[in-house]
Amino acid sequence: MALDKIGIAKRIAQELKDRYFVNLGIGIPTLVANYIPEGIDVEFQSENGVLGMGAFPFEGEEDADIINAGKQTITTLPGASFFDSAMSFGMIRGQHVDLTILGAMEVSENGDIANWKIPGKMVKGMGGAMDLVASAENIIVAMMHVNKAGESKILKKCTLPLTGVGCVKKVVTELAVMEITPKGFKLLERAPGVTVEHIIASTEADLIIEGEIPEMIIG
Amino acid sequence: MINKTVNNVQDALQGIENGMTIMLGGFGLCGIPENSIAELVKKETKDLTCISNNAGVDDFGLGLLLQKRQIKKMISSYVGENAEFERQMLSGELEVDLIPQGTLAERCRAAQAGIPAFFTPAGYGTEVAAGKEVREFNGKMHIMEHAFNADFAIVKAWKGDTAGNLIFKGTARNFNPCMSGAAKITVAEVEELVEAGTLDPNQIHIPGIFVQRIFQGEKYEKRIEQRTTRKKE
Repeated sequence: MALDKIGIAKRIAQELKDRYFVNLGIGIPTLVANYIPEGIDVEFQSENGVLGMGAFPFEGEEDADIINAGKQTITTLPGASFFDSAMSFGMIRGQHVDLTILGAMEVSENGDIANWKIPGKMVKGMGGAMDLVASAENIIVAMMHVNKAGESKILKKCTLPLTGVGCVKKVVTELAVMEITPKGFKLLERAPGVTVEHIIASTEADLIIEGEIPEMIIG
Repeated sequence: MINKTVNNVQDALQGIENGMTIMLGGFGLCGIPENSIAELVKKETKDLTCISNNAGVDDFGLGLLLQKRQIKKMISSYVGENAEFERQMLSGELEVDLIPQGTLAERCRAAQAGIPAFFTPAGYGTEVAAGKEVREFNGKMHIMEHAFNADFAIVKAWKGDTAGNLIFKGTARNFNPCMSGAAKITVAEVEELVEAGTLDPNQIHIPGIFVQRIFQGEKYEKRIEQRTTRKKE
């Protein structure tokens, strides 16, 4: 069965490593913070100027001056710090952030990503996404495998205006985990009960498939 | 001590004229100069170019200026929260320059620090790079971006003193420090204005040299855009 958004977040959480600084995008990536594997320490950076983000506040304890990049009220953990936007992107551009997890509308087999604009229809802006994808060493995309019209978002070549080129390392969808290699998408894992054939049929890009593809283990 | 205090928001915004370029601090509705925005609405200043990370929501923040058609052009990184903005942009009534958020911050900082231009990898290979100089450094492609050139910067701080020194709170800091001193005149509105000497010099985030005018805002609504909470277990 295909994963739900929480399942995708749980699978991506397995990519977190001890002592990582992590930037989470809006949407599914935000959920990853709820499933940090036991025994590891990570710190979450939000590009609006906070390191050491904690959980959402209890009702009545919201502070309008403490929000995340999704404009949600948050709390901070012991050891947290606040800083201005130029310093925040200094952390990002300077590659001090170890892992970036973000959503996408399209990803191509050479690691291009499109997630900020649908010409003539939707223009919300790139926010910090272009800075993040241009600089981060390790970028994981969390997204649905197909769009609402049922079309694959895993493509040979992106059709929408790009956010960044050749930058995505891994993609986790409701169907599969794929790595982007110099030769294109390599299928690493499939969602529990989802067949390789189903993944191939849902994917416009070619998939490199070597041997038995294991099922994801979702805790 | 050079006193930067002005009596009120009217005096603080004196000299802002139609067609000027103004920087405004804030991320979403967090840390925006609420009192100055309200005054700009009252002044009916028109044809403004506004440099601000976001464009407010329909009925608050810069959305108030958009409603009255006082903005000719917006330079922002993300405008997804404002339906009126999207309508004006898609219909061509409003000029919009969308730029990466880190580039926006650095173009402010460059203006503040006297750096005319810089190279960044953000936007390379995208439509943001169109017409810009491209150079390779350390095997990686970068594009050249210029410092902003604005007439006024309007920032909001938590505490300030009569010398113009500023202290920010939480994530309401965001673009406010980068914009301080990044325009010909910087106006700071603060929640609490105290006498010079009251604030600990060790705790100052922005030194008064970057601020020409300071005043205490009359009131702060501090509207929350996405009130998100959890239940007590």
